[in-house]
Amino acid sequence: MGDGALITTKNLVKQYPIGGRKFTALKNINLTFETGEFTGLVGPSGSGKTTLLNIIGALDNPTEGHVIVMGQDTRELKHRQAARLRTEHLGFVFQTFNLLPVYTVFENVEFPLLLLEMSGADRKKAVLKALEWVDLSDKIKSRPAQLSGGECQRVAVARAMVKRPKIVLADEPTANLDAANSHNILETMFRLNKELNTTYIFATHDEKVIGYLRRKVTLTDGQVIEDVSTTPRYPTANEEMS
Amino acid sequence: MLIPKLAFRNITSAGLRTWLNVFVLSIAFVAIIWVQGFIAGMSKQIMTDLIDTEYGGGQFWHQAYDPFDPLTVEDSHAPLSSALVDLVSTGKAASILITSGAIFPDGRVQTAMIKGIDPAQKVINLPTGVLKRENQHVIPALIGARMAKQANLKVGDYVTARWRDVHGTFDATDVQIAEIMNVNVASVDNGQIWVSIKDLRQMLQASPNEATLVVLNKDIESVPAADKTWIYRDQDFLLKEIVEMIKAKTAGSSILYVLLLGMALLAIFDTQVLAIFRRRKEMGTLMALGMPRGKIISLFTLEGALHGAMALIIGAVYGVPLLILSAKKGFGVPQAMSEMGVAVPTTLYPSYGVKLFIGTILLVMVTVTIVSFLPTRKIVKLKPTDALRGKLS
Repeated sequence: MGDGALITTKNLVKQYPIGGRKFTALKNINLTFETGEFTGLVGPSGSGKTTLLNIIGALDNPTEGHVIVMGQDTRELKHRQAARLRTEHLGFVFQTFNLLPVYTVFENVEFPLLLLEMSGADRKKAVLKALEWVDLSDKIKSRPAQLSGGECQRVAVARAMVKRPKIVLADEPTANLDAANSHNILETMFRLNKELNTTYIFATHDEKVIGYLRRKVTLTDGQVIEDVSTTPRYPTANEEMS
Repeated sequence: MLIPKLAFRNITSAGLRTWLNVFVLSIAFVAIIWVQGFIAGMSKQIMTDLIDTEYGGGQFWHQAYDPFDPLTVEDSHAPLSSALVDLVSTGKAASILITSGAIFPDGRVQTAMIKGIDPAQKVINLPTGVLKRENQHVIPALIGARMAKQANLKVGDYVTARWRDVHGTFDATDVQIAEIMNVNVASVDNGQIWVSIKDLRQMLQASPNEATLVVLNKDIESVPAADKTWIYRDQDFLLKEIVEMIKAKTAGSSILYVLLLGMALLAIFDTQVLAIFRRRKEMGTLMALGMPRGKIISLFTLEGALHGAMALIIGAVYGVPLLILSAKKGFGVPQAMSEMGVAVPTTLYPSYGVKLFIGTILLVMVTVTIVSFLPTRKIVKLKPTDALRGKLS
């Protein structure tokens, strides 16, 4: 655990009450994530990877232990402070996209910038740039219902990236996508990770995602059983697919 | 400015969902105002009609007169006091002589109150001018539409009237129906036949100033002092029963109002709550994107209030012409209500006051804001992870 770590988890435990008993979802997790990582929390369903991702994202609190995100202990944060942390430094990509259905693509991507109270001109510039990253410049006026699943997820990636956060947390981002769209999304994120030095942490059990990772943290029954560096198999995914 | 901007963007972008909410709310606005206006109009009109056609600005009653006792009415008259004669002669009051009798339409007997009034009077709004004799041998009579229907009489018909004079002797004569009047107040119509007071005094062999009661002009400024024979009954006394009835009806209509309002509010509540609970995943997304809870509550509450404001505008677009039309044209009241003895106008005109409009607008706006606030507050209390999954608790 280095001093300059972006995220640190210390003796992290998460328990849920289920039917009068306590189910332990995470057991004594100690991990460190550095800037620019492209890391996956890998494991079967119920292994605790989404729970860990949510706790790192200050969407949930640990039962025991601590999570330090950019020097802030998420357990100590009040709602407003946690919201501020998410607004300023975290981007989320969800399995089900979670786009705001009544907004256009432009408005969806613009939303995090509104929360940052950025000026109109700067917002427009940043949104157009983000849509350019995900190759959706021609869809700015479309609504989510008019887009394919792959396009929706690209909008979600643009929304997560538009404010150029330090960390992007992606929970099963390819679960609802076909292979071509999955590779497309992953390549986009892989490229943005390199270009902007953004830290990406995935929760996934998708082999396609695992193929892009540079670090793989394997969880089973809430415990880290493996934490290894890997060589990405798919930096040239399009070539392989073609 | 972020919250108003987002709220406006949300409701303008939501399309059908917004219009559904707004339409339901606008119906609530219009329905509540219409029902309340209808009840207020009915009460107001009943009072006005009673004053215009029966009670005037108050009455002097003969000491023995009891309008609810037909058996004593024959003995409830006396010559007017000089003060009352002055009022009548100057047109500030109209004297009425009443006796009980019967008419014989189509060979049937039908009890009737025979009322004598000066044909030239302008104190109460009845077409008594027709009672002025044109022919020495024919006594003109005025009846109401309800009486005409009951007795199967029409203008020009002769009908035999029978009464007892002041000596207790039965007497009878034919009267001719000079006019059938349409009046809202059933109590000057049902079972009543109006003739000239001069004719009635002759029929009863009563003295020239004999009367049962005196109706004062509604604009009269000073009322003469009552004496032992003539007892003053002011408007409050005369309207007491109808006021009590209106109070009873208002209490009944208040229950109806509460029920209607409850139904309207339930519709608003259902629509708003459904709309907000359907959006709990959206709230979870907003939390994940970093919007603080307070701002989410403000956003959704403001959206609800904006729905109320839009409903007010839409309701005004179709509701105001509708309410104006109903206030002008009125609504016909079934004859059965009048025949029950209730002084209900044949046509009711709703009355809409500023207080009613402002009260209803405030009520609906406050309600819609509250029903937007409460479910939102409940949802944002969830953990963001639960809200994102669409969980309720």
